[in-house]
Amino acid sequence: MSQIFSSGTNSLARMSIVIGVVALAGVGGALFELIADSTYATRQGDAREQPIPFSHAHHVGSMGIDCRYCHTSVENSDWSVIPPTKTCMNCHSQIWINSPTLEPVRESFRTNQSIRWTKVYDLPDYVYFNHSIHVKKGVGCETCHGRIDQQPLTYQQPSLQMRWCLDCHRNPEQHLRPRDQITTMGYVPSEPQAELGARLVKEYHVQKLDTCWTCHR
Amino acid sequence: MSENSDSLNLTSIRTKLDKAKGAGYWRSLDELASVEGFKEFLHREFPRQASEWIDDEGRRNFLKIMGASLALAGLSACTRQPTEFIMPYVEAPEQAIPGKPLFYATAFPVSGIASPVLVEAHEFRPTKVEGNPEHPASMGATDVQAQASILGLYDPDRLQTVNYIGEVRSYPSFLSSFVNILARQQGNQGSGIRILTETVTSPTLYGQMQDVLKLYPDAKWYQWEPTGHGRRMGSQIAFGKYLNPIYKFDQADVVLSIDGNFLGNGPGGVRYARDFVSKRIMRDGATTQSRFYAVETTPTSTGCKADHRQAIKPSEVSGFLQGLTASLNNSAASGPLANSKFYSALVKDLQAAKGRSIVIAGEDQSPEVHARVHFINEMLGNNGHTVVFTQSLEAKPVDQWADLQALVTDLHSGQVELLVIMGGNPVYSAPPELNLRGAIQMAKTRVRLGEHDDETSEICQWNIPMAHAYEAWSDAPAYDGTVSIIQPLIAPLYGGKSAHELLSAFTETPEKSSYLSVRDYWTAKHTGADFETWWKHSVHDGFVRDSAPPAVSASASLAIPRTAIGPAAGSGYDISFHSDPYVLDGRYANNAWLQELPRPITRLTWDNAVLVSRKTAAELKVEDEDRVAIDSNGHTVWGAITVLPGQPDGSIALSLGYGRTRSGRAGNGAGFDVYPLRSASNPYYARGASVRKLGEKFKLAPVQHHFAMEGREPVHAGTIDEFKQDPYFSEKKSELPPKGLTIFPDTWKYEGYAWGMAIDLTACVGCSACVVACQAENNIAVVGKEQVLNTREMHWIRIDRYYKGEPDEPDMYFQPVACVQCEQAPCEVVCPVAATETDAEGLNNMVYNRCVGTRYCSNNCPYKVRRFNFLLFSDWETESTKLQKNPDVTVRSRGVMEKCSYCVQRINYAKITAEKEDRKVRDGEIVPACAAACPSQAIMFGDLNDPKSRVTQWKRHSLNYSLLAELNTRPRTTYLTEIRNPNPEVGKSEKDS
Repeated sequence: MSQIFSSGTNSLARMSIVIGVVALAGVGGALFELIADSTYATRQGDAREQPIPFSHAHHVGSMGIDCRYCHTSVENSDWSVIPPTKTCMNCHSQIWINSPTLEPVRESFRTNQSIRWTKVYDLPDYVYFNHSIHVKKGVGCETCHGRIDQQPLTYQQPSLQMRWCLDCHRNPEQHLRPRDQITTMGYVPSEPQAELGARLVKEYHVQKLDTCWTCHR
Repeated sequence: MSENSDSLNLTSIRTKLDKAKGAGYWRSLDELASVEGFKEFLHREFPRQASEWIDDEGRRNFLKIMGASLALAGLSACTRQPTEFIMPYVEAPEQAIPGKPLFYATAFPVSGIASPVLVEAHEFRPTKVEGNPEHPASMGATDVQAQASILGLYDPDRLQTVNYIGEVRSYPSFLSSFVNILARQQGNQGSGIRILTETVTSPTLYGQMQDVLKLYPDAKWYQWEPTGHGRRMGSQIAFGKYLNPIYKFDQADVVLSIDGNFLGNGPGGVRYARDFVSKRIMRDGATTQSRFYAVETTPTSTGCKADHRQAIKPSEVSGFLQGLTASLNNSAASGPLANSKFYSALVKDLQAAKGRSIVIAGEDQSPEVHARVHFINEMLGNNGHTVVFTQSLEAKPVDQWADLQALVTDLHSGQVELLVIMGGNPVYSAPPELNLRGAIQMAKTRVRLGEHDDETSEICQWNIPMAHAYEAWSDAPAYDGTVSIIQPLIAPLYGGKSAHELLSAFTETPEKSSYLSVRDYWTAKHTGADFETWWKHSVHDGFVRDSAPPAVSASASLAIPRTAIGPAAGSGYDISFHSDPYVLDGRYANNAWLQELPRPITRLTWDNAVLVSRKTAAELKVEDEDRVAIDSNGHTVWGAITVLPGQPDGSIALSLGYGRTRSGRAGNGAGFDVYPLRSASNPYYARGASVRKLGEKFKLAPVQHHFAMEGREPVHAGTIDEFKQDPYFSEKKSELPPKGLTIFPDTWKYEGYAWGMAIDLTACVGCSACVVACQAENNIAVVGKEQVLNTREMHWIRIDRYYKGEPDEPDMYFQPVACVQCEQAPCEVVCPVAATETDAEGLNNMVYNRCVGTRYCSNNCPYKVRRFNFLLFSDWETESTKLQKNPDVTVRSRGVMEKCSYCVQRINYAKITAEKEDRKVRDGEIVPACAAACPSQAIMFGDLNDPKSRVTQWKRHSLNYSLLAELNTRPRTTYLTEIRNPNPEVGKSEKDS
């Protein structure tokens, strides 16, 4: 009876182990990248549930309220700040005073308990982002937060991955706009972005900061 | 801290030591004798299994768990971040911008003396203490205790509820039963009431106390604290009245300190360090220095800075001063040390500097010594010039020992119905012969206001949690009498009450707040027109302007009462008692930052020790870590030996404040209690003590050898004569590699900012305020004694203490070392994941989120400044301490390397502020936490590309040198050589005896 396997099969068997391991690692790596970059992991585009279905589309888009009416410290602090209940009540003690949707706001004001908003743009704790300097350097709200005036429920526009941050930190001229257009939604530059950006980089003294301690510490 | 076989084997090492005389700088006797254990510290990064797995779970178990974790490890990056929430204000408070800290001026009193501070609050959560730059006692700097006070605030072991014999009660229920107790006292004028407090300096509290005593005229108020009597009673003896001496070190050309530890420690220590150093630094073209003599019963950080230091037994101090008094009168010299060159030089220098010298006695010295020192200052014409006096800062200065005796007598007479103990911990610290524990229990009702459930609380029925200084309104004077209004930063975390509130409970307004008490006092006191404006200014500034009492003239006489003379001679050893430099009399024993902070000279953490000289150790046949029993005052205590160069022969130094049994999880079991050895009649030192070797060992945790550097003279020091002869003498000691010698491409030019630091070793007084400031600012974890023994302490700055010269009477030097931010950093090239990188401004970035914990970087760091989180050292569990964390710095987890960042969060903050104002960062705008805390301004930080910046000017000085310059790492932190001013007549190598 002849042998089923020739002696060359040994080499084949050994090779298949190596190839198998490499392939597995490759598949694992690809899977990792796939999941890490997926909108499931980054929560990109994920409209989070909130205690009150607050609509930026209504307040910004329809009413035309400036971003800084509520996000008061965007020009001078790390945080743009979620407004205190009092800010809501400035208007809503006059209009929609009986709306059941707004009951959590009134309750907060009555009981002196904070409204518990879900954080939409949530950077990891080892990332230190400062709103005020970005605004000062000509980065518009829209650049990171997208067309907030068209979002009935707020979702995370970009991936917020480090490579997304670095895209702009390394090539800021592609994203800058004049300071008087910071809060504009749907901004269209009046001149080619490349020229405008290059000019603003100079004018606003924009640096290409991509060292670790710029954001991590 | 080496294995027994390596440690100080006396005979062999002594022969080695004798041969080693005249060596350069050394850290310890072990190093001098080249003990094997020390070499291990030098050559290995983390010796003795610091890097090995030696913890409770076995290695096998570890692998089992890790097997599963490793399989899943790759998936961790795929998971989503947990959802977080934002809780905005309902109504935004005035001035508060979320994300921007606010600073409030207040004060932190220690034994009634205020440290004026600014407290940083993030969203009304106090996180960090800075000095109050406008206050003359601080000028922006702080001491160790003030820095650590923030942890004291969040101490999870504080008493958290009112309780009555162990049952939780409410404060109102206390008040209602208190009213009943008081009602019984109203008929007999309060003759059954006794109140025991610590030293009271608060004007408001004194006013309230007088009101209480008016309501209950026969009630009695006693004050007692275990330390600080010498200063109080010394002025009483010398001047016939209680006076507060203030020293003008910036005007003194010659300083003699008798055990004084005035540089950065004790009342006025922060200002004194600054003034003293102003006469010592060689920057700004100075060509002269003051001269500093120290006579000490045990080495202190202050004594280390002396040009000439002499160890002396505590029983000889009085004789030495008597001899000195005679010599200054040109009589024949006699007494201890009188035949030494040290002595003749000292006398000559003092006589030549009449009216321009200072003689100062230590806080732990006896009233007699203080009185004699006052008299010597008078003879030298210093009083009124370099030493000025004001009335005592205490509201009612008394002989506190007499007060304590009187209280015990009252208690024994059985007439005490109500005993109220506010603060302090007398049961722990009182001399044993008074049996205070038994006596207190004779009082019918015992009420205690205390921060902790401590030894005294244990025997009191009513325990009221005491509010921390940052939780209640009060007032207190600084060392010069300038009164600070203490404002709270946060509502009491545990419902604490202040002494003001408890005293109000005696009156018709039992629930009066401390705010109203303080404000009412100052309303009555204020004479000007607009009280409201004045009050707002005073609270805002943190102190009442022009409130320092005027100087009073006083003339000292030398009539020492018999009762003040020290104990009779006996055969045996002297014992000198010292407050611990950090936990003081034991009041801060539960502050883990202070426990883990290495003592300046012994470098001990978490313990006190029996300090003996090499000769005494030989006599006793003991070596380091031998447990001994000490018999004195009819009592015995047990402690471990530390052989300390610079300790006088025949005398043992013991520090108070240890051996607490009910202080909390940090203080319990740390060290041994030496209070039983202190007698009421002579609490300053003892004679005729016997010491018995017990034949067992006790592990101490000194950081003596941890992170020892190998190389050419880390510390550079010289004399002022050397400096005058050749200003560049120090630079010549370093072996500088030629400029182009590097394999790295030398292309980056650092054209923007180039951050750098300079540390003036002449100015550094070794007080360690920087270490605690750094710990608070950068969320640095405490690791505990076990882990310190494994060389795993996490401090980003260490203050190396070097000896030089004679093994028994060495010169001592301090050198703070943190990451020096090498431009060509050895750590970077070995990191496999690029988690540490030099950035465009020359900072050596350490990126926690990239670090995978190979520890190659710290293995390659010649300065040994990197710290690794071997375990989860950061406390992620305790709710209260979470509030203390600086939100601008990551709290590190296990397996991550960390190190000094030059406080990059402050750099970034300043850069962002400057950019928003379209300007460059100004010089002095960025002050790292260490530099801000430093009382003597020894640390300067700034932009090296700015030719006008102060740090550039420091670095241009001829005394500037780089640590381990021969390694060509191009460190951004450099040092200025320490310059001292020894008297040439004493002679360097001459040994006095």
